[in-house]
Amino acid sequence: MQTLLYILLFILLAPFLGGLLCGIDRKVAARMQRRVGPPLLQPFYDIIKLYGKENLVVNLYQNLYLAGFLIFMIIAGSIFFAGGDILLMIFAFALSSIFLVLGAASATSPYSHIGAERELIQIMACEPMLLIAAMGLYLPAGSFMVADIAAFDRPMFLFLPAILFGLLYILTIKLRKSPFDLSMSHHAHQEIVKGVTTEFSGPALAIIEITHWYETVLILGFVYLFFAWNPWIALPATFLLFLAETLVDNTNARLKWRFTLTSSWIVAAAGALNLILLFYLLKAGI
Amino acid sequence: MSSLVLILILLPLIGGLLQAALPFPRIRSAIILATAAATIGLAHLFLLRGIGADPIQIDAGFAWFERHAMLPVEILVLLILFTVAVKHRNVLTFLLVIGHALLLLGLHRAGHPEPLAQPLRFDSLALIMIMIVGVVGGGITIHATGYMRDHHRLHPAQPDRSPLFFFMILLFLSAMFGLVLSDSLPLMFLFWEITTLCSFFLISYERSKTAIKNAFLALNLNLLGGFGIGFAILHQTVHHGTPVLSTIASGAAPGALMAAVLIAVAGLAKSAQFPFSSWLLGAMVAPTPVSALLHSSAMVKAGVYLILRCGPVFEGTPAGFLIALIGAGTFLITSLIAVSQSNAKRVLAYSTIANLGLIIACAGIGTRQAMWAGMLLIIFHAVAKALLFLSVGTAEHKLGSRDIEDMHGLIICNPRLALAMLIGAAGMFLAPFGMLISKWAAIEALIQANPLLPILVAFGSAPTLFFWTKWMGKILACRPTTCPIERTVHLTEQAALGLLCCLTVGICALFPLVGSHVIEPFLGLYYTGQVQIGLRNAITMFIMLGVLALLPLSVVYRSRRERPVEPYLCAANVTGAGQFIGSAGAVHTVHLRNYYLADLIDERLLNRVGHLLGASILLVILAAATW
Repeated sequence: MQTLLYILLFILLAPFLGGLLCGIDRKVAARMQRRVGPPLLQPFYDIIKLYGKENLVVNLYQNLYLAGFLIFMIIAGSIFFAGGDILLMIFAFALSSIFLVLGAASATSPYSHIGAERELIQIMACEPMLLIAAMGLYLPAGSFMVADIAAFDRPMFLFLPAILFGLLYILTIKLRKSPFDLSMSHHAHQEIVKGVTTEFSGPALAIIEITHWYETVLILGFVYLFFAWNPWIALPATFLLFLAETLVDNTNARLKWRFTLTSSWIVAAAGALNLILLFYLLKAGI
Repeated sequence: MSSLVLILILLPLIGGLLQAALPFPRIRSAIILATAAATIGLAHLFLLRGIGADPIQIDAGFAWFERHAMLPVEILVLLILFTVAVKHRNVLTFLLVIGHALLLLGLHRAGHPEPLAQPLRFDSLALIMIMIVGVVGGGITIHATGYMRDHHRLHPAQPDRSPLFFFMILLFLSAMFGLVLSDSLPLMFLFWEITTLCSFFLISYERSKTAIKNAFLALNLNLLGGFGIGFAILHQTVHHGTPVLSTIASGAAPGALMAAVLIAVAGLAKSAQFPFSSWLLGAMVAPTPVSALLHSSAMVKAGVYLILRCGPVFEGTPAGFLIALIGAGTFLITSLIAVSQSNAKRVLAYSTIANLGLIIACAGIGTRQAMWAGMLLIIFHAVAKALLFLSVGTAEHKLGSRDIEDMHGLIICNPRLALAMLIGAAGMFLAPFGMLISKWAAIEALIQANPLLPILVAFGSAPTLFFWTKWMGKILACRPTTCPIERTVHLTEQAALGLLCCLTVGICALFPLVGSHVIEPFLGLYYTGQVQIGLRNAITMFIMLGVLALLPLSVVYRSRRERPVEPYLCAANVTGAGQFIGSAGAVHTVHLRNYYLADLIDERLLNRVGHLLGASILLVILAAATW
């Protein structure tokens, strides 16, 4: 029963939280650039406006994939916030991202095609680190269940410093922030034709945005787990790390895909080293 | 049971012999279809008998065979190989065959082992293999009848040797059934050599220069690996009197670990792991049903099957860890290479090697959970990969190419074939399909043993996402097209593809039952405890499967405000043609190619690294085992 409540809370509240975070991000970014910036609730106004627009499609199937994108993101989030298996969450999460890629690939415009390929490269860059982070959380907690990991009573990030860093590194990719906003950027100065979303418009674009809010909340929940032993530290820490991403976004220019891929794998390898060391330390009983 | 086993092993053989004897093509293909259908039915009879049953030892006349008739058959196999080596002047094969003959002689000099009274054994692992060989193999054989007709229609210059082809395919099925049912190691070895022989003749089917060269490569590497089993027999005969697989697997035989390591070497060669991997790529010159049957679902599975059998002995040993390391390393390296390939069969070949590596990683660790994952992987991989190979084979005949780039928009031209390919691909890497369930179980099992292995798996599974998704994207691209919808796929091919599609989805929905009724009884022989999937996880996966099944329905219920427009080409579009008008009024067609990351992923370099690492780990294992 409690599980269902958590799932319901996630489904209902996550878009609001995600949209609010997005609004904060835009406001803070504007202040960093000495602009006034949009109102805090601007992302919601955007969504309302997108829903009022005409739904242009280039083929009859492309919005089908968006349904998969949204539903599997919600399933991934539900698994996570219901305290389920973190590996299963990562797999559902990957499935969701793959639906977006397939949607863009089905549109056959060169711009959305390149967006799809780049999105795939981003997924490939993130995947090892996500799995290593899950394994890292498993070692001290002794369980892959999010509920058990969250109930672990010591500060998780002290066990997993390199893994936390690696997760933050790919957080930049997942939040679509510079320097890794290859497949689609939130900024107009990066590109005029918007990568993976080129052929989606109106309500379809709104669905992509809402799914991204779910995604933001989910991945920040992942970061939260590293501090979960004390919620009074965990909440501000997660929020500060989110703001740090805004800072990174505003102080970096976009990098090439090759650097994105190789550097994320190198960071993930450092995380892997952390994992191996921790395994033997725990085995030795330290 | 005894007679059932005998029928199962002899039936394909008889069907095969009739192929060679009968001159009428119509009757021949009727016999093939009947044999394949009977094999599928027989396998299901075994399923009914085998679920939940204790392992039983069976005679079925093979004790007599082993005592009186095995030596002549062994000599016959070696003679055929010898003739082939002489005919094609292949020195290496010649030497290897001589080596095998000497080994045979040595075995007889070492005091001929006392044959078992009941040299066959039927347990749940054998049941899994019988189901794979029977049902998937039967399906592939049915597909092959239509495929070979098209093959010879499209290649009129090639002489039609399909009787030989189907004889070899059916002989192979017989040998595979014998292999997975043998408990006596010498008997198993004979069947093992017969599969190698079939593989040689089927790879060299086209008789082109490359085909023959690659067939010899496969033959040589498998003969080399075969020494592993030969030495294991010798070792067990000397130490124990009777080389029996089940006593090695349970660790009851003296020197069981040593024998298991030797068997595993043969398994690594058969399953094309580094440093033996190169033969499987070469084997892709064979007609596609051969690739589906021998080189992805059945023969290469014989290698992992043997290593899985020995899994309980490997648990917690350094040798087992090193074997697992070869498997996990192969998984990572070949998954990376697959990204750089655009030839569909090569992608499938690399992905096959990778997944076999994953199974070996599980078997080498040999804990209960790892074995559970490994057995599940064997089942799911066999079904999904056979489906993929067969649909690529059919697509090759319809499109005239096996390049993934040429499958652009297949969903528009040939929706049913595209759907089969999509189900196969989804079955290989997406939640909640089979391979992913197994990969998940494998990661959870491996992290408990050693973090290095799941780390390799984590890095290896990222490229699999990349190459499968870009392939799916290619198929799903909705290009403006005028191509006629293809309706000329043979009925046999459609039936086989349909069967495998249903199996891929069906086993996925039934996997908790497969776990509890087929896999657990086998594991219960060697381990205590139980592997829990967890009710909640099972429900989650059912929900995901349901959503995936319902998703296409949303096309029917579409938003009424959708307005179709042309894709954005940054110029004036030529309506409905995928073309745009460039400068000076020139019309350009849009071409989209996938990324292959060629400057980042060097196939030759990675292969070389893999061979080097694989060979050195193998040497360490052998040195440590003999010392």
